[in-house]
Amino acid sequence: MTTVWRRRWHQLKNDRRAALAAFMVMGIVLALLPFVTGELLGRSWVRIIDFALLYIMLALGLNIVVGYAGLLDLGYIAFYAVGAYLYALLASPHFGLHWPVWAILPMGAMVAAGFGVLLGAPTLKLRGDYLAIVTLGFGEIVRIFLTNLNAPVNITNGPQGVSLIDPISIGGFSLGETHSLLGVTLPSTYTYYYLFLVLTLAIVFISIRLQDSRIGRAWVAIREDEVAAAAMGINTRNVKLLAFAMGASFAGVSGGLFAGFQGFISPESFTLFESVIVLCMIVLGGMGNIAGVVLGALLITVFPEALRYLGELQQLLFGRVLVDPNDLRLLVFGLALVVVMIFRPAGLLPSVRRRREFSADESVLTQEQASLYDARR
Amino acid sequence: MDIFLQQIVNGLVLGSIYALIALGYTMVYGILELINFAHGEVTMVGGMVCIAILQVLLPAGSVPVVVAIALGVGGAMLVCMLLGLAIERVAYRPLRRAPRLTALITAIGVSIVLQNSAMLIWGKQYVSFPEVIEIQRYEFGGAHITNLQITIVLLALLLMIALLMLVYRTRLGRAMRATAQSPDLAALMGVNPNSVIAATFIIGAALAAVAGIMVSAYYGLAHYYMGFLLGLKAFSAAVLGGIGNVAGAMLGGILLGIVESLGAGYIGPLTGGFLGSNYQDVFAFFVLILVLVFRPSGLLGERVGERA
Amino acid sequence: MTHVANPSSAHRDAAGGLPAGAVLAVENVSKHFGGLAALDQVSFQVHAGEIFGLIGPNGAGKTTLFNVITALYVPNSGRVRLNTQTLSGCKPHAVVQHGLARTFQNIRLFANMTALENVMVGRHVRTTAGVLGAILRNRATRTEELATTRRAQELLDYVGIGRHAQQLARNMAYGDQRRLEIARALATDPVLLALDEPAAGMNPSETESLMTLLTRLRADGVTILLIEHDMRLVMGLCDRVVVLDYGKKIAQGTPAVVRGDARVIEAYLGGVLT
Repeated sequence: MTTVWRRRWHQLKNDRRAALAAFMVMGIVLALLPFVTGELLGRSWVRIIDFALLYIMLALGLNIVVGYAGLLDLGYIAFYAVGAYLYALLASPHFGLHWPVWAILPMGAMVAAGFGVLLGAPTLKLRGDYLAIVTLGFGEIVRIFLTNLNAPVNITNGPQGVSLIDPISIGGFSLGETHSLLGVTLPSTYTYYYLFLVLTLAIVFISIRLQDSRIGRAWVAIREDEVAAAAMGINTRNVKLLAFAMGASFAGVSGGLFAGFQGFISPESFTLFESVIVLCMIVLGGMGNIAGVVLGALLITVFPEALRYLGELQQLLFGRVLVDPNDLRLLVFGLALVVVMIFRPAGLLPSVRRRREFSADESVLTQEQASLYDARR
Repeated sequence: MDIFLQQIVNGLVLGSIYALIALGYTMVYGILELINFAHGEVTMVGGMVCIAILQVLLPAGSVPVVVAIALGVGGAMLVCMLLGLAIERVAYRPLRRAPRLTALITAIGVSIVLQNSAMLIWGKQYVSFPEVIEIQRYEFGGAHITNLQITIVLLALLLMIALLMLVYRTRLGRAMRATAQSPDLAALMGVNPNSVIAATFIIGAALAAVAGIMVSAYYGLAHYYMGFLLGLKAFSAAVLGGIGNVAGAMLGGILLGIVESLGAGYIGPLTGGFLGSNYQDVFAFFVLILVLVFRPSGLLGERVGERA
Repeated sequence: MTHVANPSSAHRDAAGGLPAGAVLAVENVSKHFGGLAALDQVSFQVHAGEIFGLIGPNGAGKTTLFNVITALYVPNSGRVRLNTQTLSGCKPHAVVQHGLARTFQNIRLFANMTALENVMVGRHVRTTAGVLGAILRNRATRTEELATTRRAQELLDYVGIGRHAQQLARNMAYGDQRRLEIARALATDPVLLALDEPAAGMNPSETESLMTLLTRLRADGVTILLIEHDMRLVMGLCDRVVVLDYGKKIAQGTPAVVRGDARVIEAYLGGVLT
């Protein structure tokens, strides 16, 4: 049954006119989305969509590190934090600086990329599990420093975080205010939506291009067999660092946008669990597959809202809320991770390659069971 | 220096606790090549359950303190052993042949589940350890040590010796070592890998339970989040000593405890007040990173040669 | 079968510094592991356009020597030179850049990539498109990608598995996988192709096909260094061989000469047969 649908899907994919039509439809849907959502579900949902877009950017960045290059980075949120704090420090009363967004965001991308190289460099010789733990350690170190760099010199303002961050403003047009365009009211969440959408589409575009390129192949080669990749002339060190840097740069941009959008940041937004949630998004959605990652990010961002209905359900059934639905959020994530890994490890929308990796066919080639010290060169 | 001896004492206590937890990590890694992320949470559960039992038994006044403590410790150990067994069975066994990344992610998932379950059961507040132990201090050489600290160190030492005997003098221990070297070969020799793995988890969990109780007794409280940091540090200790190596985990644990304690004590003066002891947690991470970058096989690990 | 003008488009004019015609020079290479001397003062040269065999009983140090040559190991003393370039001390990927490509005894293909993709990865070291090129897909990048794909297909055709281009490496027949590994190594435009037991696990007819392929490669100007246990292949194919035993070179010369050498016989059989 599924093979019939799959064949139809392939035929559809290759039909140029169908593709064009699909693009146009999607374009219209995306353009009207905030208005439709605002009417149907309420304006607060547009804000949720804005956050979803930020998470999609994050997830796509981590997708490069974990999904393409196969490097399990558990400290990824540190790059998000770098981007956010850079924006906050350069566009708020904290230091009295008010740089424009078009200057800060590229800087954020580059500084985050720099951190990516910095954090990636010591991990290059490490194998999977160790890499995960070290990156986790780095993530925590960054957070601890952010929390404590308020004495003797107050750089990050410690646990209180930085507030009153300038909203993003483009050419004098501040996204933090409600505007009126052609008689249509545009609350700030709407205008932010369009900005985030453009940047998200750019990142999706970049991800697609990278996937099917010389670099993309090099990443997959390293993921498959690092020794063989090096033996084919790939400079594994540089290629891995490139993955870290690219992934980090996406997070840096997203972080800057987050700071401007929310107006306030603190180290509490950048904990290990944020890293894990981003990881969940790509694992559940389908590692390495851009569509899957986007789906995963959407599902997970929207999920807490769905949980709210759980609270209402309990109210209905028991007359009171037994368990605060918010507390269940992470528990369900954890369960979902375990269940998905056991029953559908390739995720909801696995990439073609991943499905092959996890498929049960007997392979003629048995990969050598890599030992602990294999890539130690 | 005047605080030196005190920091050493504190470090020994801390280190003993780390060592007990590290043993669980190192044994599981040795056999499955898996970082059991959930191990830290098992430690936390040990502390929580013991407190819960004590809270039930003590107020009535009918149960003598010693019995209550024994039941508390025993109960916690039992619960943790069952928990460890369950985790292995439900989450790890189906993934024995799966890629390492998959198993790792599952371990993270289990850790999250445990942590949040604990939060739902015991709440987000700190839980205090009942006042059952009369603290007595002994002074010596400018430092002081309490009876609790002595108990912790001695008990840990006892358990470590017991474990060493188990691993090197018993049939089960031999089976464990064989499975760690080569599961398939051990199976050919008649060792049931499932039993050995189950035993490994059970033993590790028992030790973790004791460690969890020690931590909550020592600091006077327990918290659903305490397993995370403890686990991370203990894992660093295991790596420091040489992952997969039982004696290494013990050595690594003690060393890490001392390093952390000395570091916390001296970091202020050393950095001219720029970094304070609130950076204490960072030490474990730095140790971990340094070890993995410069000597990944750890202190007592074998230097495995490169393979073609 | 398609004829490819040049299986390796490497330059062959840079032979300065070495005795005329020598492509690879192994000079007094020694390697210890702890107290064990795996290699002891091994020296030989591989000449351009020949098929050179590295043989010896198990444990003689052939794979160790191979790994030293391909810079997976650093020798304790001595050096390896490829044309004018000293290889020992280089990083493994740099060795490929200088013109030495290898295959592995246990076949290390990229299992979940197609045959074509595997060979395209081999082109990595001879192409330059970076992140910017990937994102912009400008003309230079598109041209390069097209050339990479074409060349990869060419090489697959050359080794005889062109029709399997879209098949996953791990689903291919064993013999085809070996050929794929060779095609992938050829994609790096090597000056010297180093094959680690290319005939391992092959039946006689597969070995025969392999020999045909290697002969073709030699005819098309590729220099080959190989480790091999299959004596039929060694005797039938190699122009010259070097024999190792316990890390030392014990004989060198044409297969016919070496075969009759008493020390070689003793090394393999543990003593002269009466």
